[in-house]
Amino acid sequence: MSSETKQILTTDGIPLEVSLKKAEKKNKIKAFLLVAPLLMFIIITYVFPIGDMLMRSVDDKMVTEMLPKTFKSMEKWDGQDLPPEEVFEAFYFDFQKLIEEEREGKLSTQLNYTKNGFKSIIKKLRRKSKSFEEGNYKEQIMSVHRRWADVEYWRAIKRRAPAYTYQKYLKGIDMYENEKGEIINVPEDRRVHRILWMRTLEIAFFVTVFCFLMAYPIAHLLATLPMKYSNLLMICVLLPFWTSLLVRTASWMILLQQQGIVNDFFVMIGLVSDDNRLEMMFNKTGSYVAMTQILLPFMVLPLYSVMKTISPSLMRAGKSLGGTPFVAFWKVYFPLTIPGIGAGCLLVFILAIGYYITPALVGGASGTLISNQIAFHMKSTLDWSFASAMGLMLLSGVLVIYWLYNKLVGIDNIKLG
Amino acid sequence: MSVNKEFVKFDKVDKSYDGKVLVVKDLQLDIAEGEFITMLGPSGSGKTTCLMMLAGFETPTNGEIYLDGNAISSIPPHKRGIGMVFQNYALFPHMTVYENLAFPLRVRKIPKDEADKKIDKALSMVSLQGFAQRMPGQLSGGQQQRVAVARSLVFDPQLVLMDEPLGALDKNLRESMQYEIKHIHESIGVTVVYVTHDQSEALTMSNRIAVFNDGKVQQLSSPDELYEKPVNSFVAEFIGENNTFAGEVSDISGGKCKVKLANADILANPISVKGKGERTTVSLRPERALINPSDKMDNIHKGKIEEVIYHGDHTRVRINLLGNSEFILKVPNSSSNLDIKLGNEIKIGWNSEDARALDPK
Repeated sequence: MSSETKQILTTDGIPLEVSLKKAEKKNKIKAFLLVAPLLMFIIITYVFPIGDMLMRSVDDKMVTEMLPKTFKSMEKWDGQDLPPEEVFEAFYFDFQKLIEEEREGKLSTQLNYTKNGFKSIIKKLRRKSKSFEEGNYKEQIMSVHRRWADVEYWRAIKRRAPAYTYQKYLKGIDMYENEKGEIINVPEDRRVHRILWMRTLEIAFFVTVFCFLMAYPIAHLLATLPMKYSNLLMICVLLPFWTSLLVRTASWMILLQQQGIVNDFFVMIGLVSDDNRLEMMFNKTGSYVAMTQILLPFMVLPLYSVMKTISPSLMRAGKSLGGTPFVAFWKVYFPLTIPGIGAGCLLVFILAIGYYITPALVGGASGTLISNQIAFHMKSTLDWSFASAMGLMLLSGVLVIYWLYNKLVGIDNIKLG
Repeated sequence: MSVNKEFVKFDKVDKSYDGKVLVVKDLQLDIAEGEFITMLGPSGSGKTTCLMMLAGFETPTNGEIYLDGNAISSIPPHKRGIGMVFQNYALFPHMTVYENLAFPLRVRKIPKDEADKKIDKALSMVSLQGFAQRMPGQLSGGQQQRVAVARSLVFDPQLVLMDEPLGALDKNLRESMQYEIKHIHESIGVTVVYVTHDQSEALTMSNRIAVFNDGKVQQLSSPDELYEKPVNSFVAEFIGENNTFAGEVSDISGGKCKVKLANADILANPISVKGKGERTTVSLRPERALINPSDKMDNIHKGKIEEVIYHGDHTRVRINLLGNSEFILKVPNSSSNLDIKLGNEIKIGWNSEDARALDPK
């Protein structure tokens, strides 16, 4: 036959393809309806919140809406010298309106984020502006406080004009846009976030390494032991899963504290002296120990599921062909477990990078992670847009790791069970 | 050049896994150099355990195994230099065919050009030239099997063990692979110890067969002897088809014995019966009994046809004969059509020599 394919018809004369589509349509609808509840759930609880988070992290409409006239009149101002009279006038009327609506407090909070010192001068302006006379607002406002005569503060106001901003992201990596629009590092003594990011990566990396080193022999044992022992061992591995995260973390606190069991034991066997007990909690050590224990099952299970499928005769074949036990392991067994290693490491690393409760409880000052900082801004400073920005940075970090992994190992090689 | 008759020697080998049951009992077995010996037996008979002890993956509980005169119980598997083909091939799935074959050469530090020659040779031996760069997953079952055989031979071992290597193949492929392995064995003269539970495989391929049951070698002999002259009723039952009559010896003289059944007497060849009054099982191969026998046969009896099954080249006829309703006859489908119809009464005859009076079941 020639290369052109003849259209195949069913016995009723309908093209086969059309008929097939018709026949499968019902099944497709059924399948979709079955998935629909989960799909809705994911959209409502996952896609929307993340979308909202993204909006919140760049949203800067609040100030834009509070000072509409000011920003309009500022469009012509080049930002070199003090703004002209019309800007002051527009600001005065905007401000009067805010006082009527009792929103001037919010303005002061917002402007204070941009530049410290706004809070007090806005309060003062509010008091003094009651007795302002019509005309020459520039003079009157400037006389309220000397900062109102400082061009820096007006530039700070102008920076809040756009409805969207990436300032929060810059702040997340300890940078900011200065008055001239240059992006520069914050002074060395005020850099906190970069340290946190690096520490988060470092802790996640080492926790992954520790988990791998401990899980590999366990998983191997699980996969090779006879059923009656391996079940018991499996229960031991899964036991942490059945205990509350808080309980597990709290028990680590009991174990690791300076008057705790581990220290008592070290003192008893004479490893450390009684007045020189080790500090294993409220620092990185605490985070390492507790997180490794809690995340261990996530490494064991993928490894186990892969190792279970590796026939023991492969190792035997390796040995019978003349490989020493080590060569047989390294050349035959180990390469076959790589999909499990990849899955376990990716899982543990991604979980560790966003870990929150455990470092908050046992990490102390030097063991907290970026997620603790996010929580701090959610609960204490109420700077939700900054928290959102950092959350998104964390999310995109995870996506980058995922992408890298896919490039290096290939996501199809992953095996979770 | 004299052939080493005791190239492999199992000397009083016992094996127990749990300290309660002996899986292998007092095994005494000599394998000559260049021989193709098959360990045949039902599952759980200890044959695979024997192979694993030889390969070094199990240690004998008692006794010693010698390879070319050296005791090997304390030598780890990788130093024994024994090639092995596993049940499910055990090809390394992450390596190409070439890398699989190169593995035993690489660990022996054989230079690459020499290794390449050996690999080429091994691949051509199993007619798989041009498959070197394929992954095992891209090969069919039969091809994987060939690679496994080539891999076990590529480093020129003196002894190759095969653990039910053809178990996973379909019937036709299995048969052609049987011949292929047999030819390879003949052409390179390596000693092969082959484990299977498939008796036709064992009969086709081996120089000698060791029939295992219950941890013991029941009979060790050449295929024809095993089939024609089984020494006990287990071997008679296990190898090929078998018609049996259980009875009691009533007379024994001149190389013949009379066995009293429930309602008749038959003449048989006394193999493991010594005197009158012993219980015995008489075993007779289906093809040794004939329909419409000549008068020279000393056992002629009448039976009723209960079932006729057409098998292509022959017809199986089940007959109720002398109280045994499972008596099977194989009638070749030749032109001289006999009157085989369900319910017919027919005459069956056989020579007493072919009816072997063995131990009672």
